[in-house]
Amino acid sequence: MKTSTKISLNLAVTAALGLFLFWAQGSLDGYKIQILNLIAVNIILALSLNLIYGFTGMFSLGHAGFMAIGAYVCSILIMTPDQKEMLFILDAAYPWIQNAHAPFLVAVVAGGLTAAVAGYLIGVPLLRLGDDYLGIATLGFAEIVRVIANNIPRVTNGALGFKGIPDYANLWWNFGWCLVTFYVIVRIINSNTGNALKAIRDDEIAAKAMGINVFRYKLLSFSIGAFFAGVGGALLASLLTTIDPKMFLFTLTFNVLMIVVTGGLGSITGSIMAGVGITALLEWLRFVENPISLGSFELPGIPGMRMVVFSLALIFIILFRREGIMGMREFTWQGARNLLTGKRRAS
Amino acid sequence: MSADVIIKAEELTMRFGGLIAVSEFSAGIERGSIAGLIGPNGAGKTTCFNMITGFYKPTEGRVLLNGEDLTGRPPYEACKAGIARTFQNIRLFGNETVLENVMIGCHMRQKTGWLQAVLYLPSYVKEERAIRKRSMELLDVVGLADLASEKANSLPYGAQRRLEIARALATSPSFLLLDEPAAGMNPQETQELMTFIRDIRSRFDLTILLIEHDMKVVMGICEQIWVLDYGVTIAQGRPEEIQANPKVIEAYLGEEYVSHA
Ligand SMILES: Nc1ncnc2c1ncn2[C@@H]1O[C@H](COP(=O)(O)OP(=O)(O)OP(=O)(O)O)[C@@H](O)[C@H]1O
Ligand SMILES: [Mg+2]
Repeated sequence: MKTSTKISLNLAVTAALGLFLFWAQGSLDGYKIQILNLIAVNIILALSLNLIYGFTGMFSLGHAGFMAIGAYVCSILIMTPDQKEMLFILDAAYPWIQNAHAPFLVAVVAGGLTAAVAGYLIGVPLLRLGDDYLGIATLGFAEIVRVIANNIPRVTNGALGFKGIPDYANLWWNFGWCLVTFYVIVRIINSNTGNALKAIRDDEIAAKAMGINVFRYKLLSFSIGAFFAGVGGALLASLLTTIDPKMFLFTLTFNVLMIVVTGGLGSITGSIMAGVGITALLEWLRFVENPISLGSFELPGIPGMRMVVFSLALIFIILFRREGIMGMREFTWQGARNLLTGKRRAS
Repeated sequence: MSADVIIKAEELTMRFGGLIAVSEFSAGIERGSIAGLIGPNGAGKTTCFNMITGFYKPTEGRVLLNGEDLTGRPPYEACKAGIARTFQNIRLFGNETVLENVMIGCHMRQKTGWLQAVLYLPSYVKEERAIRKRSMELLDVVGLADLASEKANSLPYGAQRRLEIARALATSPSFLLLDEPAAGMNPQETQELMTFIRDIRSRFDLTILLIEHDMKVVMGICEQIWVLDYGVTIAQGRPEEIQANPKVIEAYLGEEYVSHA
């Protein structure tokens, strides 16, 4: 298939997404729009974790930490000085926190960059560790970020967190960032640098023998992944308008991990499909937590049921379809055409 | 030795705790030659490869490539300096295609990186296209061009061995180490392999050091041979000399080999 054809098809899909968002903005109620927003943010988070874990083979559980960093940096920058003065009631904010102010785009980028720097700094010591240790150490990192957020009240307002964060993160911002994340990660994955990352995942020793500076490339992938996790956290803060340290518990990382594993480690297509599916399902499953009335009966809602259902689903996937929905396969236009014309594989 | 020596091992010693896997291994390999490293199982041959390619830091001794001291440098630097290798138990990038495996070998000398890829700069597009082309040519050399878009781990065994060599060639080495390239091959494949090794040596201006248990290969293509036994170099010389050496016959070749040969 010609490159120009593919580009036209990609543009057509982007335009269709734009039209859909335009329609959604005008016709859907706030709750449904909120779900669409969450889908965009979850796809950003899933793609960034997939880059780290699925494509480079680094088992990292630090996503909640990067998200927290992105969320706090962005929130501090988009709240007005007056707002912050009212918010920090127990301990007044440091003047530089108080006076910092930036437009939303700059704030999100700053959140991502700060997370990337954090990723780089912890990556230097941690990425030399073997896989199992990396998981535990990054989990520890995320927990440390949370504890710090709790204990520097003059920056983060401590356990109270922030309320009334400006809600700039609408459909356009979220899906815009989603496209940027998608574009950047796909470009990297499909380049020869992406091949080098996959080489590290497949066989680290052979990658070294091929002249790949494994540590440097792990650090690169980890920092880029951390950047987009920070962006996702920043958008989430503005979307939910409140954040506090409790929000960034391990369950947040777990949700993202679930999307990546369900979609397929090493599949961009899988992360997007699972990002849509799981976000929607998580919302839909809320009703099992609410009381249900069956005629004269009233079944009490069971709090936490949602996560139980999902954990079971995850166990099922790991037992019966470990490669996830897509395995390492990807959607391609060529593949779609072959499917339509009934042709079996022609490169 | 006055000849042009490309790689020199000087009294390389490797200790693992109490075990001396290799003891004072010294060798100088002439540019453009094919050399062999033989010895019984566990003699320390692969350990020598690992020291030369930077996977192990020798306990003592030095590795010199064109006079440059490479001792203790990490593997990727040894590779950059021009040393490439294959592995005894094949190590391909199994989830990647045959073509991608070779492209990964080209990556080290690639100038454009991820940032250029994201910005989709013309220089990146051009270089990537050149790498693709060069990788296809290398696949052609090893006879795998038809299988370029297959997954590497779906290849039959012999093809995997050849792919591993193509991938090593992609790093543009001047010195190539092959760890038991004929292992698991039938006599006909082995015969082809010998022609192939001589062929790539002249085509890519290589110096080759190989470990091999198949004496037909070793005696057939090697110009110099080193024999290890329990980490100690028990003999060194041309094939005829090695075949006639009583120490080598006792430790490795065995009496039958000599009577059959
Ligand atoms: N990383 C290591 N740690 C401890 N011992 C090792 C290590 N690598 C090799 N050895 C030991 O060093 C000795 C030499 O091993 P080596 O793999 O070099 O042998 P070899 O000559 O390649 O044998 P083969 O013909 O079976 O491949 C063996 O006793 C082996 O157990
Ligand atoms: Mg060996």
